[in-house]
Amino acid sequence: MQSKIKNWLDSGAPFVWLNAGAVSVSVVMVVGLIALIAVRGLGHFWPSDIAVFDYAFAPDSESSQLMGEFIDEETVLRARAGNPAYAGATIKRHLLKTGNRDISGLDFSWILDAGIKHKTYPDDAMVVERREWGNFYGFLNSVQLDGHNLQNNATLWATLEQAITQNNAVFDEIRYIEKNLIGGINYKMEKLRLKERELVLKEENTPVNLQALIAQREALQLAYNSHTATLETLYATLNSASLTATTADGQAVSIALSKVIRVYRPNAMSLPDKVLFYFEKFWEFLTDDPREANTEGGIFPAIFGTVLMVIIMAVIVTPFGVIAAVYLREYATQNLITRLIRIAVNNLAGVPSVVYGVFGLGFFVYFLGGSIDQLFFPESLPAPKFGTPGLLWASLTLAILTVPVVIVATEEGLSRVPRAIREGSLALGATKAETLWRTVLPMTTPAMITGLILAVARAAGEVAPLMLVGVVKLAPSLGVDGNAPFLHLDRKFMHLGFHIYDVGFQSPNVEAAQPLVYATALLLVVLIIILNLTAIRIRNSLREKYRAAEQT
Amino acid sequence: MAAEKIEKYAEDIAVTESSTATRTHAIDMNNIVDTAVDMKLANEKTCIAVSNFSLFYSGKQALKNISLTIPEKRATAFIGPSGCGKSTLLRCFNRMNDLIEGVTTAGNIKLEGNDIFDKSINVADLRRRVGMVFQKPNPFPKSIYENVAYGLRIQGIKDRRTIDTVVEKSLRGAALWDEVKDRLEDLAMGLSGGQQQRLVIARAIAIEPEVILLDEPASALDPVSTLKIEELIYGLKDKYTIVIVTHNMQQAARVSDYTTYMYMGEMIEFNDTSTLFTNPHKKMTEDYITGRYG
Repeated sequence: MQSKIKNWLDSGAPFVWLNAGAVSVSVVMVVGLIALIAVRGLGHFWPSDIAVFDYAFAPDSESSQLMGEFIDEETVLRARAGNPAYAGATIKRHLLKTGNRDISGLDFSWILDAGIKHKTYPDDAMVVERREWGNFYGFLNSVQLDGHNLQNNATLWATLEQAITQNNAVFDEIRYIEKNLIGGINYKMEKLRLKERELVLKEENTPVNLQALIAQREALQLAYNSHTATLETLYATLNSASLTATTADGQAVSIALSKVIRVYRPNAMSLPDKVLFYFEKFWEFLTDDPREANTEGGIFPAIFGTVLMVIIMAVIVTPFGVIAAVYLREYATQNLITRLIRIAVNNLAGVPSVVYGVFGLGFFVYFLGGSIDQLFFPESLPAPKFGTPGLLWASLTLAILTVPVVIVATEEGLSRVPRAIREGSLALGATKAETLWRTVLPMTTPAMITGLILAVARAAGEVAPLMLVGVVKLAPSLGVDGNAPFLHLDRKFMHLGFHIYDVGFQSPNVEAAQPLVYATALLLVVLIIILNLTAIRIRNSLREKYRAAEQT
Repeated sequence: MAAEKIEKYAEDIAVTESSTATRTHAIDMNNIVDTAVDMKLANEKTCIAVSNFSLFYSGKQALKNISLTIPEKRATAFIGPSGCGKSTLLRCFNRMNDLIEGVTTAGNIKLEGNDIFDKSINVADLRRRVGMVFQKPNPFPKSIYENVAYGLRIQGIKDRRTIDTVVEKSLRGAALWDEVKDRLEDLAMGLSGGQQQRLVIARAIAIEPEVILLDEPASALDPVSTLKIEELIYGLKDKYTIVIVTHNMQQAARVSDYTTYMYMGEMIEFNDTSTLFTNPHKKMTEDYITGRYG
């Protein structure tokens, strides 16, 4: 018996089982994690049916009518449910999204299952998605359009939908004018102001110089006035239309169409309609600006900010890391000092990231940025330009955070280039630098890209240091726009990782934020996977090219 | 031409092997025959002159006081057992040993009269004049075309037509053109070992060196490829001074005009190839070429 066990142990089978077990646990965890955030996050965009029912919070109390979406349900102990009047050791309750925050103050509430009576899903139950106050749930009464009051018309719904489409077009136009045209004018105005201040500081504020500025300013002012005039007419057309609706408990509410993004009746929608709606909502999530303290709307600025920051970081970290690695491996004499430097570099990778954030704030933002402001932008002081957290400093901070990874990977790659290849190049009369540049470094690119992949993966997911050096809850403008110099390294930006933290923990509306946290987390994971896969593809194709050479 | 010569040497070697027992007084003849070699060398133009040259790896002596004359546009072979220093000596001619840390040298090596260890010598220029082919084919992970063009690009030649001409000429010179002319843009790694080695030779002759050093160029190749390389080397010595290190004595006999036998860092014998293989003056040489090495 004992020898049997010993044989089994000696055969290596238990070790194989152990390894296989560890691998499968890891796979299950990874797949489970992604599945959880995918299910929780992606479900948010589905148009759920709207239930209308009578509800009494106690058996003997008067019932009132409620309507909303069932989000979640749970069965809890009596005491946890607040000792309701219904019988039973455990109580089943539902989380109902009732919307109408402007009327009731809350848009989510827990409903006791036992109090629900006469539940129906009427076809005309309507959801109004608003720019403020969240969703409205109710029944459509009438539409006020161009001074007419349309009511009980068979085409009322179609008219409303058409009016909203038109309104949204007008709204987009307004947003374009406000953001791009007037935003651009403001940007130029600010530049003029700085120019004037500069002239004053240099004591060159002669009437001739100032006159030129005044002329430019007047031209801008004229353009501004014409834009505001257009805006006024556009706003007038927007504000003329409204709709009236009744809530479940019979209250009449009037909503201006300018505040409406879309209306829909989920109970009347067919499955293809719902699928279409789902993708529309998801697209909006990807491409729109956030609204309502980030709990509604999209996360486009956060995606943009993350990608832009990672790209700038990659542009900084790759040459820096590669040059350092080339010096360490190819030029420096291998002695105690190089060994110490190598150990130090490796240990840098283990420093907690928030420490880099503190360093970035102290060194980059206050010291470097402050000096840059004093030297080059004295006209904008006391308002800092670079002496405040921003895109450049965040990218630089993450670059020093990730540079050890690039150095280590590149050194590894350099050491894999066979001696024979170097000698072959040197024997043809190439100098060491020419050999490096023409043969060795191209052969090291797969390793460099490996380093870059690791750096990008780490940087894209980093939050703590960014909170100190440039990330904000809501950035008014993107890092890249139509105003020269197009790339604004001094601007603050939004970031997916910070967005998750902000929506999840700093949000005034926890229930509404929860699915967005999952959706944003999923997006962050997907973004990192996409960045990695792209880099891996590039690396693999290069590696294919150099594999044969490395074996000589 | 080449085939005739090879046959001739094969006969010579057969003669050598059968007649070794009869030549026990070879040492007595040393001076006479050495003079014969010197007289023969006197008619040649000297390309590389090594005098009293020693080399140390971190204090350990690897080459001991070597003096040697390598004639121009002839093939000179270095033979000897592993670790005898023949590759080390070869790698001195283009200062490849500079790459190894802790190498010190004494004595001098002159290339056409100029000391190659002189401070005024630019190593890159020296290596342009003294090309090298290594034991294992080491093409760069680039296209066949770019491999041959590499040396030219290093020299800053950009004109596409010039490079095209040189690439074709070099590949023809290395007897590779017909095999690769339709796939010049393919990766050099896709060629067979023998083709790769000829590509490396083409790469070396593309920059028109004066000397080509070959460090066991055929030892990693199959017999057919080896034969091709040997024919190629035999053809190349009309235009270049060839120095070849080989383990294979038949190879040395087939391709070279002069042969040096080295043992334990010392130059034992330098002689006309046919003399060295048929009538070696030193007992040690004889023992080695007859396989009674030790």
